Amino acid sequence: MSAVLAEMPESDVSKTVAPATTKAIAPSKGGRPWTFYVLAALFAFYVIALYGPMFCIYILSFQDIRGGLVFPMKGHSLHWFVDLFTQVRTGDVKGSFDRSIKLAVIVTVITVVVSFLAGLGFRKRFRGDTFVFYMMIGSLVAPGLVLGLGTGLLFQALGLNASWYTSALGAQLSWTLPFGVLVMFAVMSRFNHVWEEAAYDLGASRWQSIRLVMIPVLAPGLVAVALFGFTLSYDEFARSLQTAGSLNTLPLEIWSMTLNVTSPSLYALGTVTTIVSFIVIGASLGTIVLIQKKRGSRAKG
Amino acid sequence: MKNDRGDIELAGVCKSFDGFTNVVDGVNLKIADGAYCCFIGPSGCGKTTILRMIAGHDDPTAGEIVIGGQNVVGLAPVQRRTAMMFQSYALFPHLTVRENIAFALRVRGQSRSDRLRAADAMIEKVRLTQFADRLPAQLSGGQQQRVALARAAITEPRVLLLDEPLSALDEQLRVQMRQELRRMQQELGITFIHVTHTQLEAIALADLVVVMEQGRIKQAGPAREVYAHPRDRYVAEFMGGQNVLSGRVEKVNGASFTLAQVAPDAIEVPLQARPTVSVGDKVDIAVRRDDVALVRPGRELPPGCTTSLPSRVLAIEYQGYFVKVMLDTVPDDEFVAYVPEKAFFADPFTVGDVVMATWASGSALPLA
Repeated sequence: MSAVLAEMPESDVSKTVAPATTKAIAPSKGGRPWTFYVLAALFAFYVIALYGPMFCIYILSFQDIRGGLVFPMKGHSLHWFVDLFTQVRTGDVKGSFDRSIKLAVIVTVITVVVSFLAGLGFRKRFRGDTFVFYMMIGSLVAPGLVLGLGTGLLFQALGLNASWYTSALGAQLSWTLPFGVLVMFAVMSRFNHVWEEAAYDLGASRWQSIRLVMIPVLAPGLVAVALFGFTLSYDEFARSLQTAGSLNTLPLEIWSMTLNVTSPSLYALGTVTTIVSFIVIGASLGTIVLIQKKRGSRAKG
Repeated sequence: MKNDRGDIELAGVCKSFDGFTNVVDGVNLKIADGAYCCFIGPSGCGKTTILRMIAGHDDPTAGEIVIGGQNVVGLAPVQRRTAMMFQSYALFPHLTVRENIAFALRVRGQSRSDRLRAADAMIEKVRLTQFADRLPAQLSGGQQQRVALARAAITEPRVLLLDEPLSALDEQLRVQMRQELRRMQQELGITFIHVTHTQLEAIALADLVVVMEQGRIKQAGPAREVYAHPRDRYVAEFMGGQNVLSGRVEKVNGASFTLAQVAPDAIEVPLQARPTVSVGDKVDIAVRRDDVALVRPGRELPPGCTTSLPSRVLAIEYQGYFVKVMLDTVPDDEFVAYVPEKAFFADPFTVGDVVMATWASGSALPLA
């Protein structure tokens, strides 16, 4: 067979072979193999397992005043959302939310700047670069609780007061910086360094080549690093537990609420924080889309 | 600084990256203002390094690079007034064609309207007007090359450096863009230095062909000189189109000498440019493949031919206007005759035939 094929011109080969191949893969028109249904079911299960628990919380947060912590749902209203921000007994939700957002913004800015600089530093190989790299990401393996405990102890030993914007900031950076650097390296690996050389050849200063070439080309990647930094910080619990001092961040507040609040306002809080997360993610993705659209609109053929 | 001369002189230029081996090893060369110069050699021969040193992207370990009478070692590309076209063009992916071309003016602080006007004039020159608002990713390879050329040329450099500019293109486009490069060079009237590993490209384009091997220049000269009169075996084999034979000098007779060869017949070689040979020297000679005539044994040799070497036909390739006949004339070495198509088919050979390979004795060239 192969000898015959070898002697035939290419177009003839495809004509003779193609129908047979098509037949083997798809036995009947429009039908799908049984494996499709098995895998589709597996995917459906995965989605339910992923989002089911969350939706339980969201649904139960919309009960009325009779509502409890378990199904069945009793009526529907926004009562527990109002309760969340007005009742003192639920804890300092507004304050902790405020602190968490501020902290996340600070962490994001530091993470993006430091990761970008690390990315620049690692464009070329240098002596001991592997060592420096492992030193940077090494703290990822330390259990967060232990690391937070250590940070708290260190501050105590140094006679400093632990608070969310000092010790907790430091503890969170030990978590977001390695991640930011790893993402940045993946982003930088797609940056062609000849672009920098071309910019230099055309007379750009180092700063101009960073501002006019590197940052715009890497912009979507930098947004991704920012998103990482923000969500990791906004969510952070283990490292903040022993380092936040007297004022709680939001995850700590939620945790303490699970211990002493027995009303659906706990669920309402979960719903609100999820909405905030979605807004942040949506804004980030929107920014990336906007950057690309802007390029596309200037480039209408 | 307002010096528009683009003549280049390399004096004892060396480059070492590790401190032990010289990638470029003592190169001396003069390139005239407005010349089209091609550096050619196998990969790793140092040709791209020389280009990058002229461009100001690498500094020589030793030696001087003089452009327009001024030593430019240590100067930035802008101060040298050179521009480089990179192998993969290195167009900025986030900028449109117009913005790419205007980039050099932008970093010089020209106003937006001025630089876009200048870019549009350049875009017209390279016939890309209808693509001015596209991104590089939306262009074909040939169009990208034109953008790269326009981007490099907009600052009116006195030297344009091209690093394997045609290697990213397919065969047909390569020939077309080759002509375009030559046209642009004549239009701009500046020195072009072009690095390639394709012999055809070099001899088709260049006023000055520089053949390199292991960091040294083996031969530099006009295309025809390098092709037709290679200095040594390396150049002859690299440029192609030549058969190289070696043997010992048997007899020196005035303006020619006789080369004893493995073949039964001695080969008569005119001395030509080679100053002297003495009996017993080992000498390489070159015979152009299109100078070799094939005659059936026993037939009379064409006039002027004294040497004839019996050979067997190993393979035949039809090339269109000529036929490539591969022979076993010399052991261990290629020996090829390019026979004009009509002559070949008047009396075609087949593989395995025994033929006499012969050439006019004046056409053999002694090599250094």
